[in-house]
Amino acid sequence: MSSETHFTDFKSDEQPTWCPGCGDFGTMNGMMKALAETGNDPDNTFVVAGIGCSGKIGTYMHSYALHGVHGRALPVGTGVKLANPDLEVMVAGGDGDGYSIGVGHFIHAVRRNIDITYVVMDNRIYGLTKGQASPTSRQGFETATSPDGTVEPPVNPLALALAAGGTFIAQSFSSDSQRHADLVQQAIEHDGFGFVNVFSPCVTFNDVDTYDYFRDAIVNLDETGHDPGNYQAARDKIMDPGTEHIGVLYQAEDSVPFSDREGIDSNMADIPDGAPERADRLVREFY
Amino acid sequence: MENDLNWAIGGEAGDGIDSTGKIFARALSRAGRHVFTSKDFASRIRGGYTAYKVRTGVERVESVVDRLDILIALTERTIEENLDELRAGSVVIYDGEQTTMADVEVPTEMIGLEVPLTALAEEAGGAIMRNVVALGAACEVAGFPVEYLDEALVKRFGEKGEAIVANNREAARLGQEYVREETDCPNQFSLETTDEDYVLLNGDEAIGMAAIAAGCRFYAGYPITPATDIMEYLTGRIEAFGGAVVQAEDELSAINMALGAARAGARAMTGTSGPGIDLMSETFGLVATSETPLVIANVMRSGPSTGMPTKQEQGDLNAMLYGGHGEIPRFVLAPTTIGECFDKTVEAFNLAEKYQLPVYLTADLSMAVTEQTYRPERFDMESVEIDRGKVVDPEEVEEWLDEKGRFRAHAATEDGISPRALPGTPEAAHMTTGLEHDELGRRTEEEDVRVEQVQKRQRKVDTAREREDFDYREFGDPDADTLVLSWGSNEGAMREALEMLDDRGIDVRFLSVPYIYPRPDLTEAVESAETIIVVECNATGQFADLIEHDTLSRVERVTKYTGVRFMADELADEIEAAIDNEAPPQEVRR
Repeated sequence: MSSETHFTDFKSDEQPTWCPGCGDFGTMNGMMKALAETGNDPDNTFVVAGIGCSGKIGTYMHSYALHGVHGRALPVGTGVKLANPDLEVMVAGGDGDGYSIGVGHFIHAVRRNIDITYVVMDNRIYGLTKGQASPTSRQGFETATSPDGTVEPPVNPLALALAAGGTFIAQSFSSDSQRHADLVQQAIEHDGFGFVNVFSPCVTFNDVDTYDYFRDAIVNLDETGHDPGNYQAARDKIMDPGTEHIGVLYQAEDSVPFSDREGIDSNMADIPDGAPERADRLVREFY
Repeated sequence: MENDLNWAIGGEAGDGIDSTGKIFARALSRAGRHVFTSKDFASRIRGGYTAYKVRTGVERVESVVDRLDILIALTERTIEENLDELRAGSVVIYDGEQTTMADVEVPTEMIGLEVPLTALAEEAGGAIMRNVVALGAACEVAGFPVEYLDEALVKRFGEKGEAIVANNREAARLGQEYVREETDCPNQFSLETTDEDYVLLNGDEAIGMAAIAAGCRFYAGYPITPATDIMEYLTGRIEAFGGAVVQAEDELSAINMALGAARAGARAMTGTSGPGIDLMSETFGLVATSETPLVIANVMRSGPSTGMPTKQEQGDLNAMLYGGHGEIPRFVLAPTTIGECFDKTVEAFNLAEKYQLPVYLTADLSMAVTEQTYRPERFDMESVEIDRGKVVDPEEVEEWLDEKGRFRAHAATEDGISPRALPGTPEAAHMTTGLEHDELGRRTEEEDVRVEQVQKRQRKVDTAREREDFDYREFGDPDADTLVLSWGSNEGAMREALEMLDDRGIDVRFLSVPYIYPRPDLTEAVESAETIIVVECNATGQFADLIEHDTLSRVERVTKYTGVRFMADELADEIEAAIDNEAPPQEVRR
């Protein structure tokens, strides 16, 4: 699919304040590319983000956007999409935003199968607050709030998504730009909740989960013959936290988005003239 | 023979008290009689005392009074709980054959009417219908034709099939016959019927109905007493109007979903009760800063914390006025009757969109869960006007672009209201944020811009004060030395108290105020009175504080925080005591 929109149309004229070399540049570029490739333009696109480095994305992209409160981007995206199904809704967040303060919303957005795309910039650290442990930080990782190393094992976001009934679960690496853009594009095209966890290294505060580490560790599912339609195989890969997979881990063939199940297909912004008239019958119910 | 009646059915939760009460209330309404109901329920599914009370008159009834004429007691406790309200001649209907009721002693001045409710129900087809047998018995005592129950029984049991409806009719008839033929109960009432058509609804239902009429298409909420009825009402109805209800995972999600829907251009609403607004308050600030129109219904109950979830209170006024960090422009509307719940809901949506800010619409438990009769034309759909404010058409976008062609979503206009571009509008793509921002919505910490945006947002409130009619309703004697002010559901009881006070030769001017913020200027009214009394259901007098703040005048407080609404006679006593500057009379239960 190609369109008249170029990915730079989604770029705002603001200069990002992300650290030089931050993985979020690549993550965002891939999102913009995927939006352009899928025939969207800034006027029909809505980007929602929460707080943190990831939350700045709405500022650097050009589209309709909302920069909300910490952890609540998914409910906002849910409301936007249900109210106007014509909009392409993309929600961006970080690992703290999505898997810590917002983890409840994450699970419920997944199980509702809202037809939006959720991109998580997972750098396994709290960056903007200067280097505290995040829910995806490895056990034993030394940070400002865990000088002796974290004691909790990390959450496995892909496993959470699978357990919640996820219908599209992918993982990508911000530095592998073509593959990353392609995965986000598949998430957009997926009929339902498209979830992409992105290894998006923090070059300032995380000296463990670095570009070099990921380049060495990543296993590209395309090269292993993995079948994303095979639930058991997906489960086995997802439950193997020792391996850094990228690619589509799972995609349900029978995904039915929430709006289809609820019969939501119109733009709720439109209130037809004389709309209250039909409401007369509501009064009669109280006889 | 009396034409006004106070009736109640009481028992354990799970006994079908609510649905039985509703059947009777609906039958009275269909018979062209006015009805005012109240509920006494505990926060549990089964067990625990619960009651449904119905007051009915040919004249309009607006409140509850401290009197019961007929009581259907399904448990012994029902009699104990209502002893204070039973008078000489009151009739207590109970099943003496029931083992737990065998030892019941109804005080001699009252009339204990033993009816074999369960046995008669079994005769009609099943013990489960004992409440309907009792209804039939009560109809006979009330001098109310049992046939009027028919329609209400169809409404209640119609889905279960004709046989069930027929059995219930038979049960009612057996109850009526038993009283007529087997007892010597004096028939002391004769409830007149009229040709009037009334509708019967509660405050939550009025809010839900108005929301649909006003074009609300998206509602997200999390179940909480006593706001859930709004969500349940909308579910299954809003879909026919192209809308949706989402039961969110929590209140944080609910308000954020509603915010998203509103951002996308839908008229959106969320609803909750006290504890829920606490959870929502972070996003409440975002709604205001991003200048998103949003209606938040707060159906108040007793707080703080979990408080008394099924009991009346008006304790959240300060939370709604001041809740949230920083300074947040918002409106607070508080309808004072069930009928007004309709008007103010419509108005809340218009105000939210005209001024692009969050609007609290608050009812209290007493108004939300109790029902009242109205003429159907009270809810006139033709009169519903929808004003969406400054939404820009694609043609108008041009005039709001800066020199670089960027949309000025937060343009610092003279009236403080900016253009609003719904997503999908060409060339107007922009971001909104909770961060302080410039006209474009871009983050800034520049002093001048910060000040400009704060003033711009606050200016909307000033504009609203100029353009809107934030009025009050006035009752009683306009020249009286005593001025009573109240908000929320106290209006009905207070109006009736006015009549009682008038009988005692006490003149009172009464203002019922449905706008908390911005609110009408009450200075003149306050200054022209000698005694100013503020009536409200909380302990500290939160509305009274506002009046003192606005008018720099000392006001008397008549408060109630037992969890039960004011009764008219109780209120008359308290007002009288406050005028005389005396302690309230002993019999007032506090």
